[in-house]
Amino acid sequence: MIKTKVVGLSVMASLMLGVAGAPVARADSGDTLAAVKTRGEVLCGVHPARHGFAAPDSLGKWSGFEVDFCHAIAAAVFGDASKVRFVALSSQQRFPAIQSGEVDVLARNVTATLSRDTALGLNFAPPVFYTGTGFLVRKDDGIAKIEDLDGAAICMAPGSTTERNVARIFAARGLTYTPVVIENNKQLVDAYVTGRCDALTKDKAALPGVRAFDTEDPSAHIMLPGIYSKEPLAMAVRQGDDNWYDLVTWVTYATFNAEELGVNQDNVDEMKNSEDPDIQTLLGVIGDNGAKLGIDNSWVYAIVKQVGNYKDIYMRHFGPYSPVALDRDQNALWTEGGLLYGFPMQ
Amino acid sequence: MTDASPGRSGARPARNLKDILYSESFRTVIYQVALAAGVVLVGFYLYQNVIDNLSRQNIATGFGFLDQVAQFEIGETLIAYSSRDTYGRALLVGLINTLTVSAAGIVVATVIGFSVGIARVSTNWLLQRIATAYVEIVRNIPVILQVIFWAAVIRNLPAPRQAIDLWGLGFLSNRGLTFAMPVADAAHVWMLAALVTGIVLAAAASHLAKRHREATGRYVDMLWPSIALIAGLPLLVWLVFGAPHAISYPQRQGFNFAGGATISPEFVALMAGISLYSSGFIAEIVRAGIQATPRGQVEAARSIALRPRFILRYVVLPQALRVIVPPLTSQYVSLIKNSSIAVVIGYPDLVNIGNTVMNQTGQAVEAIAVMMMVYLIISVVTSLLMNAYNRLVAIKER
Repeated sequence: MIKTKVVGLSVMASLMLGVAGAPVARADSGDTLAAVKTRGEVLCGVHPARHGFAAPDSLGKWSGFEVDFCHAIAAAVFGDASKVRFVALSSQQRFPAIQSGEVDVLARNVTATLSRDTALGLNFAPPVFYTGTGFLVRKDDGIAKIEDLDGAAICMAPGSTTERNVARIFAARGLTYTPVVIENNKQLVDAYVTGRCDALTKDKAALPGVRAFDTEDPSAHIMLPGIYSKEPLAMAVRQGDDNWYDLVTWVTYATFNAEELGVNQDNVDEMKNSEDPDIQTLLGVIGDNGAKLGIDNSWVYAIVKQVGNYKDIYMRHFGPYSPVALDRDQNALWTEGGLLYGFPMQ
Repeated sequence: MTDASPGRSGARPARNLKDILYSESFRTVIYQVALAAGVVLVGFYLYQNVIDNLSRQNIATGFGFLDQVAQFEIGETLIAYSSRDTYGRALLVGLINTLTVSAAGIVVATVIGFSVGIARVSTNWLLQRIATAYVEIVRNIPVILQVIFWAAVIRNLPAPRQAIDLWGLGFLSNRGLTFAMPVADAAHVWMLAALVTGIVLAAAASHLAKRHREATGRYVDMLWPSIALIAGLPLLVWLVFGAPHAISYPQRQGFNFAGGATISPEFVALMAGISLYSSGFIAEIVRAGIQATPRGQVEAARSIALRPRFILRYVVLPQALRVIVPPLTSQYVSLIKNSSIAVVIGYPDLVNIGNTVMNQTGQAVEAIAVMMMVYLIISVVTSLLMNAYNRLVAIKER
């Protein structure tokens, strides 16, 4: 009581004296890992409803590809993948949320770009998903290629890289279009489904989910072939906290490397007894990788056991039997012609 | 600052100074200065705090982004705009769209509001009940739901290929209302000038007639001469220019229509939602204004055999407007602010475009500050205009 009074008085005094350098309330990037450990859970910013990436299921439990990466971070920090709180963020809210410290990490279909890395004060972990701008159109409109969309009304979300890409793609080909820009995802998809727009544009990986879940007859809609932009989706953290950035980066690499070494959710317990030094290092049997990151040495074991390696995560949400089946294409390991290349964990 | 403290300086021998320090007027000034200084300091502290935190987190600050190239397209623009223009111009496009939809909304809300308000006090039982039901429905459903409702209704209209044909003059589809428009012609500018001239002349003539009436007591009816001036002059200009009558009819082409003019579904949905919502409140304001005019006034006017048209014009309306205008101002201001619901359905208003700008530049604080400033200015200007009008219709003590 007395203390608050004193603090209050001193703040008042410094105000009255006009001392600009007075202690200011700070939204500190500080030590995120320590804050997360004290709090007992990771605050993870995710998409409100993007099937395959992040969406609450019928029981209200979050599930999806990016959701699993949040779980992987929790598994690494706490050894318990369930210690995550999910914060659903619109495309608008996502950057202020990470900047202000409302969430610890953004796993929300964020395309890594130069201006976001710099002007937004973010750092991007290695991309977990490579995709590009895609267009969903109605089959009976007879649209086969991008040129057929000349003069079309196109639905899109505001402030996404997609909005810029479409402008670029159409300008480069001398085509015109009318953008219909809607923030609310439900309203956006609804505008396309009811026919307000001739095409819906989103990241290519997001469109199968819309087709499967939001249209009455999924077979009446097709995606235009071809990739028209680079959209490397990566987890983002605040700039200025290198330890936390390292942790998120290496959680990502750990999922790549586990797949590369053939360590998966089913065999991880046997693999712990492997003679291979790479696997032993990965799973924390030898070495001190965990200590270097400030977490338990069996962190990768916890990730793979509770969440899985990259392939486990991918197949769970985009595998051939999932509603939003997607070929791995660029999202395969570098050894299999893809782009996923985990740095050595030595 | 310390000198101003009465405790210490009060101990000084100068008796006059003590008198000044204890005087009420001096203290009033001191309190006001202290309050003003406090407000400024708190404002400065908050500003400094934001700047410090943003720079600590390596987030870009400042308004330099307004000059950068926007690189995104806008669906509806009333001024020339392309993705190669700047963020500043994109925001201007949004501002103009906000003003357009607000102005249209105010006109529609006023017309419907006055009609329904008058119907509310009608002696016709059915009319009065319908008006009451209308008011209760539109003002008791949240405006955002009304906007979404109209958007959904319009989206469920047929696609362009099956558009409803409005007797060859236009088409109604889920892409909006496309209708025939006269082809742009040099005569149109002059016709507009003639219209303005007509209005000015009609106003001047009415003023002269009023002067004449006040001087001589003779009434000159200016209704028809005014209509003749306002409608006749543009018609005359049109004839002088050889009556250009080329009309561009909309034709189905590709995804949409070519030719004619189009009002977008988002514009219609937003305008319908916000103006119908406000019209409910305006109707009640008008009803209150009419009912606030004492019955005796109307009866007195009747007893001197004033024509019903004049009773409304010279007796009821001047007194009713005194009651109507101030709350009407708040309705107009709230309608303008409600137009920001555009984001929900995708009309490119100031907030919608501001959101995109914010997201692409990441400068949330600046973008929000620009939007807040613009809304503040629009609302204050609206208030000032309405207050000026209020002074015009207010009762004048003679």
